Amino acid sequence: MLYYKNKDDKKLFSKTMLIEVKNLTREYESGELKTLALRGVSFNIEKGEFVSIMGPSGSGKSTLMHILGLLERHNEGTYKFEGHNVENLSDDELAHLRNEKIGFIFQSFNLLPRTSVLENVKLPLLYSDKKIEADERAKKVLEAVGLGHRLNYHTNQISGGEQQRVAIARALINEPSVIFADEPTGNLDSKSGTQIMEILENLNKEGNTIILVTHETHTAEYAKRIIKIKDGEIFDDIIVARRHSAKDGVILK
Amino acid sequence: MLGIIIGVAAVIIIMALGAGAQGLIINQVKTMGTNKIGILPGKSDSNGPPASAMGIVITTLKYEDAMALRNNPQAPRIAGVVAYNNSSENLSYQNNSYITTVRGVAGDYFMVEGGKLAEGRFLSDNEMKSLSRLVVLGDTVKQQLFGDSSPIGKQIKIKNHPFEVVGVMEKRGKVAFQDYDDLVLIPNLTMRKTILGIDYLNFIRAAVDNEKNMTETTDEVKNILRAQHGITDQTGANDDFDVRNSADALKMILIFTNALKLFLTAMASLSLLVGGIGIMNIMLVRVNERTREIGLRKAVGASNGKITLQFLIETVIITLIGGLIGLLTGILVSFLAAAIIRNLGYSWDFSVSPFSIFLALGVSAAIGLFFGLYPARKAAKMDPVEALRYE
Repeated sequence: MLYYKNKDDKKLFSKTMLIEVKNLTREYESGELKTLALRGVSFNIEKGEFVSIMGPSGSGKSTLMHILGLLERHNEGTYKFEGHNVENLSDDELAHLRNEKIGFIFQSFNLLPRTSVLENVKLPLLYSDKKIEADERAKKVLEAVGLGHRLNYHTNQISGGEQQRVAIARALINEPSVIFADEPTGNLDSKSGTQIMEILENLNKEGNTIILVTHETHTAEYAKRIIKIKDGEIFDDIIVARRHSAKDGVILK
Repeated sequence: MLGIIIGVAAVIIIMALGAGAQGLIINQVKTMGTNKIGILPGKSDSNGPPASAMGIVITTLKYEDAMALRNNPQAPRIAGVVAYNNSSENLSYQNNSYITTVRGVAGDYFMVEGGKLAEGRFLSDNEMKSLSRLVVLGDTVKQQLFGDSSPIGKQIKIKNHPFEVVGVMEKRGKVAFQDYDDLVLIPNLTMRKTILGIDYLNFIRAAVDNEKNMTETTDEVKNILRAQHGITDQTGANDDFDVRNSADALKMILIFTNALKLFLTAMASLSLLVGGIGIMNIMLVRVNERTREIGLRKAVGASNGKITLQFLIETVIITLIGGLIGLLTGILVSFLAAAIIRNLGYSWDFSVSPFSIFLALGVSAAIGLFFGLYPARKAAKMDPVEALRYE
């Protein structure tokens, strides 16, 4: 797939800039009613960052995540992912990008039911055209999240925390450029939740870019930077002064 | 899936049974011999049933006509001719009575009809031309009136007229759907004058020396009969008789049974259609139930094409399995039916052609593709964000 249309693009392209968003607008139409979910947001995110996008429900944070994750198209403004304008990409090209560059973690895990842990983690490889030794790679990522001993268990046989870890392993299997986590601890108890945040912390330390979407200040402060959003607009973009770390122990919500 | 199974099984069974029935009928006709010519009174279209079959009584066929065909140099290929009058009458012997078919015959009976004597003798040529009251019994009639004892020389009553039994025919079973055991034979003249009180024939049958000469001989017979009846029109438009040969009969049967087979197969195919619609509905439900899964697959990078393909393949697998089960069921049922029918004494070939197997599986797959397309496209078109939110 052609990434650079001409050499000038390549020169201008900063190798560390992952996401460049300018005046992003998203409008929903339902019958006669028009809702503006995003009203011209602009920001950049570099590779290796750990960013939280935080806001109350209805603020547009989920919409923003969907657009950044190439699951939804914006109406106005520009979005450059790894230097490439996504407006020009077809549905199939977006799917290809999602497969190779993006990993998702959802609040409700979204694992395939009645399927083994191993098969769940291998799922993205099904749609990849790269020749990879699937079982080997899947075992490696599962071991990285501490589930090497649960390979053949079925999703209904493991706990919520373990399911979310399977989801993380699945997100990692194609070695993505960025991981989006949408309220990853929302359905977990505090102990499992902390475990998950620890894994995300470690992943970021190893160089993975993490974008966390949440409505809780506490969870958001695991990141290094918080983008605060309300009513479809960004009203604050701060570096976190005192970060939480999983090593502080179990913190009550 | 049940609809597909039933549909395919139905098609297989109908095709097999249809072929078997066709074979049976054709065999029956063939046992009669493919060298026979039948002459019926009344004109009719050779593609349709004879007038006499529709209950119309026509009196134009005469005994002289039958005799004119015998040893006639204008129709040298005729090996034998028999004149017939048939009727259903009551027979009695002492305390037993029995209703059966009475046939008044004259001519070369064994040459044309075949069969063998079991006891006694047959009617002589002169006797068949006279008013003598002699009768030859078929095996079933003999059993009914006399049991195991010999009837030769005894007197029975046919329609209250006394007849002497001179012979018994050997048991023969059904030939060309006619029961040769449940009848008695008397001289044709006696039949006409004494029993029926008429002077026309019901039927003439002739045997041709060779199948190859059928068409030629049929024309010769028509010419002779026209001369007998004073018909000058050689086109056949004014014929007051109907000449049929077994080749024509075979053709007619084939046309009829083929049309019947086609119709029944079409009916069975309808049930396949219903099965297909059922599959489509099931797949629509499945797609709906797996909305979140579809959203997830798209999120991890499945293209619309891949989603379509996934669900299409699932549908085709289901229909192929259904088709296979239907195929095996159909073959089993046809096999059992054939065994039962053979047990009843008919010759019935059990055959499942490779064509019908190929058809069954091919159609099953096609139905899967056709009816699975709509649900598959629906799955592919789902918006990933909405799908992921689906409860």
